[in-house]
Amino acid sequence: MKPRPPTGRRLADLLVKIWAVASALVGIGILVWILSGVIIRGASALDLNFFTKLPTPPGMSGGGLANAILGTIAMTVAASVISVPLGLLAGVYLAEFGQESKVADQSRFSANVLMGMPSIIVGLFAYAIVVKPLGHFSGYAGVVALAILMIPVITRTTEDMLRLVPNTLRESALALGAPRWKVTLAVVFRAAKAGLITGILLAVARVSGETAPLLFTALDSPYWFHSLSGPTPNLTVTIFNYAMSPYNDWVRLAWGASLVITVGVLAFTLLARFVLRTRT
Amino acid sequence: MRVALPKMNLFSLAQAAQDDYQKIDHLKVISGSNQMTNDMEEACPSAVLLKSMGLTPKLSVRHLDFYYGATQALFDNNLDIAENRVTAIIGPSGCGKSTHLRVYNRIYELYRDQWAAGEIWLDGANILDPKQDVMELRKKIGMIFQKPTPFPMSVFENVAYGLKMHYALSKSELADRVEDALRRAALWDEVVDVLHRPGTALSGGQQQRLCIARTIVVQPELLLMDEPCSAIDPIGTAKVEELINELKDEYTIVIVTHNMQQAARVSDFTAFFYVGRVVEFGTTQQIFTNPANKQTEQYITGRFG
Repeated sequence: MKPRPPTGRRLADLLVKIWAVASALVGIGILVWILSGVIIRGASALDLNFFTKLPTPPGMSGGGLANAILGTIAMTVAASVISVPLGLLAGVYLAEFGQESKVADQSRFSANVLMGMPSIIVGLFAYAIVVKPLGHFSGYAGVVALAILMIPVITRTTEDMLRLVPNTLRESALALGAPRWKVTLAVVFRAAKAGLITGILLAVARVSGETAPLLFTALDSPYWFHSLSGPTPNLTVTIFNYAMSPYNDWVRLAWGASLVITVGVLAFTLLARFVLRTRT
Repeated sequence: MRVALPKMNLFSLAQAAQDDYQKIDHLKVISGSNQMTNDMEEACPSAVLLKSMGLTPKLSVRHLDFYYGATQALFDNNLDIAENRVTAIIGPSGCGKSTHLRVYNRIYELYRDQWAAGEIWLDGANILDPKQDVMELRKKIGMIFQKPTPFPMSVFENVAYGLKMHYALSKSELADRVEDALRRAALWDEVVDVLHRPGTALSGGQQQRLCIARTIVVQPELLLMDEPCSAIDPIGTAKVEELINELKDEYTIVIVTHNMQQAARVSDFTAFFYVGRVVEFGTTQQIFTNPANKQTEQYITGRFG
């Protein structure tokens, strides 16, 4: 046997390494670029007025987006109230009860398809089932669209996290004579707690930055947020509208809104990672 | 996996339950009582042996078959378990020891494609009867698993979990019973200072004794142990075996073990399993000194397994 010199392998190793590092740098670079842009331009737009005042008509300075901040929070909270219980229970069904049954397989498949569904399609769906019948845009329609986006995410992460809990733990609890629901809530949920919270936080982070599903549903509104029954002010659609307007003041508010929403989403994501790390 | 045998969807499960029930009813009619059909004493050497020794069987397995999907794992198992004695189940890996044990408390029902046929009689009732309340059954039949599985809660809550579920107790009674169970499991002295710390923080041997405490606290009549020492060190093993010796006055114990010395040390009776069948049953003394069956002898002497 003739030994093969290692030069070729070393060269290949080096090339792959350079390629990998370069790809990572491109990804991180773009992220830094976006973040720095948002922070630099957004920070200058943030002042007390931004968080306490209504947007002003074009030409008048000194307005804020207090209404949109409230609206976004309200819709995200309402969407979570709907989707967290539904998603958790659906995940429990898939992992604990349905398992490999036909119904479970089909539900799992639907959840996967729904997760990949473009959010604008979900917005159109909410338009068709809520806005059209009611005859007007409303925060409720926006909430429905956001909830539809959240449910499959929570369902699948719940299922995955519950499946990570070893069956031996379920068996031990069942062997003590515990009913199945009690085993799920008192033992399995507890064992999977960090994962479940993470899944929920990530779902919240995901929808709170969505624009498309709100375009034909919640619309937007320059007035104070009173209830979800009419067009509801929100940050993302405001960014969409104001960023493209010719008024400097509105463009400035759009940057401020971008920063607020970015920081919010980032905070949720970091919180999710923190929860996962401290609990496991 | 597609299963050729009865598919376990809800409908066929209900159907099977109904069929089973009718079968049982039919048997009752022909035997004229709700006792098990004792037409096959010869087929069950353990029943004959226990009778000749004047012992009462706590649990009687008759014609038990077990399936993992389409694969049959147990074939016509017949076995009597003597009351207040320790019965060891030995045999090579994959011979159905654990599978057999897992039918006693119907824990296999957690899995959709596993099912059992036959009869298991406990205190005059067939526990495989679909009308049997499994929660009551599992209160009567406690189980210790191979790997210690402390619940994700404190040491105290681990033991209190089953207790609170089955009994209405005042706070002080609860604390007393938890302490008593931990003492009996020879764990109290080691955990008295960490009662409110997570049970998962204990060592492996301690965790296993915690699981034993958690099981005996609900006062089962029968204790199933599925290789309880396979995941713990020799010191932990010695403690668990000591515990078995102490518990056997009050409990009927069935222990599945790979460790033949352990079977010899702790048990009164031994059943040797091979490819899903009960090959030989006898007093532990007889099985280990004078096995009647050639396969048993070969296994005992270490020629296979």
